[in-house]
Amino acid sequence: MVGITRGEDPPAGGSPALVVDHLTKRFGERLAFEDVSFTVAPGEVFGFLGPNGAGKTTTVRALGTLIAPTSGSASVAGIPLTSNNGPEIRQRIAIMPENPGLYKRLTVAENLQLFAGLYGQRNPGPRIAEALESVNLTARARDLCGNLSKGLRQRVGLARALLNEPAVMFLDEPTSGLDPVAAHEVLDLINGLRQRGVTVFLTTHRLDEAERLCDRVAILNTTLRSVGRPDELRERLFSRSLVVETLAPLPAPDAIFGSTTGVESWRPEGPSSYVLTVDDPRNMAPHVTRALVSAGADVVSITESQHSLEDVYLQLIDDDPEAAAR
Amino acid sequence: MKFSVGRMTAVLRKELREYRRSPFIIGTMAVLPLVFLVEPLVIIFRIGPTVGAAAVDKAVGSTFLLLLIAPALLPAVIAAYSVVGEREQGTLEPLLTTPLRREELLLGKALGVVVPAVGMGYILFAVIQLCARLFASNALVVSALGQGPHIIAEVLFAPLLAGWSIWVGIGISARASDVRVAQQLGTLSSLPPLAVVALVSFDVFTPSVTLAVVFAVILLIADIVLFRIVSALFDRERLITGAGAQKAPAGGGDVIPPGAVRRIPRVGGSDDRRGHP
Ligand SMILES: Nc1ncnc2c1ncn2[C@@H]1O[C@H](COP(=O)(O)OP(=O)(O)OP(=O)(O)O)[C@@H](O)[C@H]1O
Ligand SMILES: [Mg+2]
Repeated sequence: MVGITRGEDPPAGGSPALVVDHLTKRFGERLAFEDVSFTVAPGEVFGFLGPNGAGKTTTVRALGTLIAPTSGSASVAGIPLTSNNGPEIRQRIAIMPENPGLYKRLTVAENLQLFAGLYGQRNPGPRIAEALESVNLTARARDLCGNLSKGLRQRVGLARALLNEPAVMFLDEPTSGLDPVAAHEVLDLINGLRQRGVTVFLTTHRLDEAERLCDRVAILNTTLRSVGRPDELRERLFSRSLVVETLAPLPAPDAIFGSTTGVESWRPEGPSSYVLTVDDPRNMAPHVTRALVSAGADVVSITESQHSLEDVYLQLIDDDPEAAAR
Repeated sequence: MKFSVGRMTAVLRKELREYRRSPFIIGTMAVLPLVFLVEPLVIIFRIGPTVGAAAVDKAVGSTFLLLLIAPALLPAVIAAYSVVGEREQGTLEPLLTTPLRREELLLGKALGVVVPAVGMGYILFAVIQLCARLFASNALVVSALGQGPHIIAEVLFAPLLAGWSIWVGIGISARASDVRVAQQLGTLSSLPPLAVVALVSFDVFTPSVTLAVVFAVILLIADIVLFRIVSALFDRERLITGAGAQKAPAGGGDVIPPGAVRRIPRVGGSDDRRGHP
């Protein structure tokens, strides 16, 4: 188990969009999240991963000034998180909750008009048109929200979050419950936000989407387990290795691998497959091949082993926060 | 950031749009006037040409009471729905993520109720005045209906009584975890000020301009105090995470892991988890 890593530096440039410092939230005696610290740079797409009940939504709500943290401090879009700064912070951020929460009896355009008004926009027409355009919903502007599919509602939610041109956008599981096509569209839109320079704070438990989309990810399970670039986390967590497959089981693998310099250790994986821990997999591969061939083995393949973000995640999330007695 | 009329108006406009498309509110708005129009008209038309001044005054007094019940009752029902209804729909959280201040939200919602309720009250009042002038067989009826105290009372009391019902209704709504409970409590709580109006109508107090104005001022003060109390009761965090909120399904919802200690949100008004009053 890798210890809590903190202060993984975000990419340089500008003052941070989010600074979170030892933040904790309790509901009575139940701990939602504890001692969470990280920094997000402007324009970064930051993934916030964690299992159910890890405290993702609660963190978003705390940073979005909806609930007060129990202890610790934070600054959001450059403004310190205090109860007095709530309206200022809310003017500069947008939050899309887990459930987009649209007024079903109002049309798409009417829903957006309300929010444009709440952001103090006098002549919101062009802004609304632009927001609808960027989520490809111009044709549905006059539809009642109650009649939209889940995927379309999610897109209306995104359009709503674009209205105030937020500096930081919090998206709480924006693809949950969407079919693959709809989810893909939402992810493309989030990618579009990156191009606009919006800082995106994305909570999810979909690791593939975090890996594809996020510059850095944080893994939370009540406490922060790790922060870093997805590839960085993989490297930090898993030693580098080569996977060797031969046609038939090796009669004396220990003799071959043990005498090959550079192989730190090895273990069998299946009947004729072996995992070698090495320092530099790329340069070791030819070396190992030669050793095997000269020992008379029929080599089928030698590959650098790939660990997915999922492996990282499963390694880090080793307990169930809901079941833990607190 | 200061109070913004623009944000309040945005809320008001949205409320009125939602009402227009809500079968429940349209239905109530259609039925209530019928009830409260028919009864006063029957009273007025039953007054024969020979009935004396005292009896006419009494009858007209009860007409005014009936006319005030509509703008007191309707807002109670709608206001009681206002906050808890948004929580149930899941629309409250997005609203609270904007720079909207609670006073703007509350006043926008209150105006959204006052406008239709008082508008309806005034229209009923005008229709009755007109009908009396055109059809009443006793001339005393017209002069009783046209008395200064009566008119002042109607014009002032309708919005002030509505204000009372609205604040009590919204206050209940902000604390309740269930729409129906909120509406029942809201309806009940619109009654006390009406009781005082009833005393005046039935000549327990002699109606006079002074009495009407004094009573109006008392109602106004009560409305302002109630607004303050309701603003204070309106707690963002509690509304989002407390009982009845469309909250993040704790731990994904359905699967309760064995041995999980799960906190069931308590139903009802008080929620002591965070030490609120
Ligand atoms: N209002 C509340 N009262 C008490 N406990 C709460 C409340 N809201 C959340 N919790 C608890 O806080 C913890 C974190 O919840 P949270 O909703 O933030 O998790 P999450 O990571 O968003 O989970 P999910 O993936 O299911 O959305 C959970 O254990 C939950 O039960
Ligand atoms: Mg959540």
